[in-house]
Amino acid sequence: MSETSLKHIQTPLGRVRGHGAAHSGTGHFWRQRLTAVANIPLTIAVVIIMVMLLGRNQAAAAQILGSPLVAIIMLLFITSICAHMRIGMQVIIEDYVHDEIAKFILIMGNTFFTIAVGLAAAYGIFKLSFGV
Amino acid sequence: MAETKAPAARPLSPHLQIYRLTLTMMMSIAHRITGAGLYFGTLLLAWWFLAAASGPTGYAKFEWFAGSIIGRLILFGYTWALIHHMLGGVRHLIWDTGRGLGPGEREWLAAANLVGSIAMTILLWVVGLLTMGGPR
Repeated sequence: MSETSLKHIQTPLGRVRGHGAAHSGTGHFWRQRLTAVANIPLTIAVVIIMVMLLGRNQAAAAQILGSPLVAIIMLLFITSICAHMRIGMQVIIEDYVHDEIAKFILIMGNTFFTIAVGLAAAYGIFKLSFGV
Repeated sequence: MAETKAPAARPLSPHLQIYRLTLTMMMSIAHRITGAGLYFGTLLLAWWFLAAASGPTGYAKFEWFAGSIIGRLILFGYTWALIHHMLGGVRHLIWDTGRGLGPGEREWLAAANLVGSIAMTILLWVVGLLTMGGPR
C-alpha cells in the first residue's frame, strides 16, 4: 500500500490529532517550556555577571565577558532567550494581527529579528573570547 | 410566527470591559508586556557585547548611555521586566503541573510574583549601585 492511499484512509480526526489549530502540534508549546526552564538558571547567572561588571572599564569588562565560563553562559543565554522570544512574539502577533498578509510579514520579520539580534550578540561574545 | 420584530439590542458576548479587573488578570497582561519589552531589550544586550568587543571608544558610548537618566530608567525597567517575567514564568511552570490553580493559590502566586519582582529589582539595584561606588 502506497503512502498516498494511507493518507486517504485516515479519518479527519486522525489527520488533525495532535496538530491542533496551529497545524504544528505541541512543538511550540513544548519548546517554550524547555527554553523557559533553561532561561531560569541562565538569567540568574547573567544578572550576577552584569552586577559584577558594573562600573568596570572596557578592558576589565572585555576580559570577564570573554573568559570561557562567562562566554559560554552568555552564548547559552542568547540562544535560549532568542528561541523563547521568537515563539513568544509569534503568539502575540497571532493574537492581535488578523490580516493574513500582515501576520505573515510580521511573523517572518520576527524570525529575522530574533536570529539577527541573537547572532549579533553572539558575535560580540565570540570576538571577545577569541580576541579577533 | 407572523410578527417579526426587529432584533432587540442584546448584549454580545462579554468583552474585557465587562469584567472587574483582578490581580491575576493584570499579572497575565504584565507577563505579556514584560515579555515584549524584553524582546526589544535584547538589542541593549547585543549593543553591550558589541561595545565591549569594539574597544574603549565604543564601550564609552555604551557607558554614557547606561549612565544617563534615560539609560538608567530603561535599564531599571529591563531589570524589573526580566525578574518579573522570570517569576511569572515559574508561576506558569507550576500551573503546567496542574498545581496552584485554586482561587486562593492563584491570588497568592500573583501577589508573590509582583512583590517578589519589585523587591528583587530594588535589592539588585541597591547592591549594584553600592558595589560600583554609588551613582556617578
